[in-house]
Amino acid sequence: MKYSEKVMERFKNLKNMGRIENADGIGKVGNAKCGDVMWIYIKVDNGIITDCKFETFGCVAAIATSSQATDLIKGMTVEKALEVTNKSIVEMLDGLPPEKLHCSVLAEDGIKRAIEDYNRKKQGLPPLPEKEDDGHDHGHEGEEE
Amino acid sequence: MKIHYLDNNATTRMDDEVLKAMMPYMTDNYANASGVYSFGQDARKAVEDARAVTAKFFNADDPREIIFTSGGTESDNIAIRGAALANAAKGKHIITSAIEHHAVLNVCKALEKEGYEVTYLPVDKYGVVNPDDVKKAIRPDTVLISIMAANNETGSIQPVAEIGAIAREQKIIFHTDAVQAAGKYPIDVKAMNADLVSISAHKFYGPKGVGALYIRKGVKVSAIMQGGHHENRKRPGTENVPGIVGLAKACSVAMDSFKNPKAHEKVKMLRDKLQAGIFEKIPEVILNGHPENRTENTLNVSVKFIEGEGMLIQMDFEGICASSGSACTSGSLDPSHVLLAMGLDHGTAHGSIRFSLSKYTTQEDIDAVLKALPPAVEKLRNMSPFWKNRVTA
Repeated sequence: MKYSEKVMERFKNLKNMGRIENADGIGKVGNAKCGDVMWIYIKVDNGIITDCKFETFGCVAAIATSSQATDLIKGMTVEKALEVTNKSIVEMLDGLPPEKLHCSVLAEDGIKRAIEDYNRKKQGLPPLPEKEDDGHDHGHEGEEE
Repeated sequence: MKIHYLDNNATTRMDDEVLKAMMPYMTDNYANASGVYSFGQDARKAVEDARAVTAKFFNADDPREIIFTSGGTESDNIAIRGAALANAAKGKHIITSAIEHHAVLNVCKALEKEGYEVTYLPVDKYGVVNPDDVKKAIRPDTVLISIMAANNETGSIQPVAEIGAIAREQKIIFHTDAVQAAGKYPIDVKAMNADLVSISAHKFYGPKGVGALYIRKGVKVSAIMQGGHHENRKRPGTENVPGIVGLAKACSVAMDSFKNPKAHEKVKMLRDKLQAGIFEKIPEVILNGHPENRTENTLNVSVKFIEGEGMLIQMDFEGICASSGSACTSGSLDPSHVLLAMGLDHGTAHGSIRFSLSKYTTQEDIDAVLKALPPAVEKLRNMSPFWKNRVTA
């Protein structure tokens, strides 16, 4: 397994880590059991995502995609951000090792969920509960040592 | 960049003496040890001399009780599958533990598909098997007990002498995977009451691709590969003469080191310094493994609220080589089966990091870790959703 130079570069120079107090939307996805939990925070003004941060417990791929994804949607309209796919995030990082692709799914889910949370708040609905992981496919087998 | 190599449970640097001993058998005498000409007989002598040294390393009576293999995995395969097949008439039940290396566990799993039954014993919070559990698991059809001597991930030393005594009394074959014990402390097949013992040269300053299996006289083991008559018909294939010579040299270097244990004491002293430094500098860390009764070179800790791979990569930026039991590095969905068997929750197991030292480890290496790890942990914790919420969680 080897990460692309872009992933390593991202991991070395991470952006948008941390939380946003009084965020307009929070997307909590993943499952500690699988080793990846991602919380995406968004601040929305006039339909535009003005700020976006993440808190991630996970591997290098999960952390790098969190940083990439939050950077990507900053300045986007909410509608445009909903169109962001994991494929586009992965492409921006020059790809991920096959067994790490599930981490990028988490970023897309996190964004979508944060926006859903934002929409609910706008409508006066209670915030979204934490999403239970549905056992995304890791699909890797093999041993070491 | 200077490399700070702290992954010696994965593999070690070869000892210069070992390399020196091997070299003539790559070029000057490259003969097949089965050749009848004197050139071949010289190679044969090198193999048989190596066998005698290796027998001494095991405290075995007879060099014929040693066969050479391609490494720990093959030794484990021959021991378990070979003994299971040869003794199937007596029964098809095997006892092993949940913390064995995959070279043992996956052979057992394969045998389960072939009609064998396997009991996987649990371990305590330190990752140690209880001999009473072994006793309780024995059935009339139990033919083999396989419990490792020391665990690769935690270093926890298993009570193999007691387990061996139980097996001997019940006339059950006892195998121990001593891959992580070899070179760290003396392996004594008599004291362990062992019938089959696996070792691998590259874990104790020998070359990769060569190992040995002790097979006590009278213990029936079938070959698992078919071929020539090499290695007492237990392991066909042209002898890896330079590798075998290298393994024997690693054995004799190790035996010398036990007589003058300064190098071992230094390894333990540095390991303890590393442990104390980590616990002093980083909050919310737990030790994985037995506090005292573990291999001198191994330190496995879980840094709570973060995942191991990020730590490893941060360490790698500083030239530090370590390993982790996180799923991302174990190559499977779950984190380390050893840490889970010890009762760690998934999150804590994902946050494990293992440093394993060698006689070549220096104070400088330890200082490098103690300098690089705390900021790496801080960086990762600051972006972890669990770190800030740990009080409320």
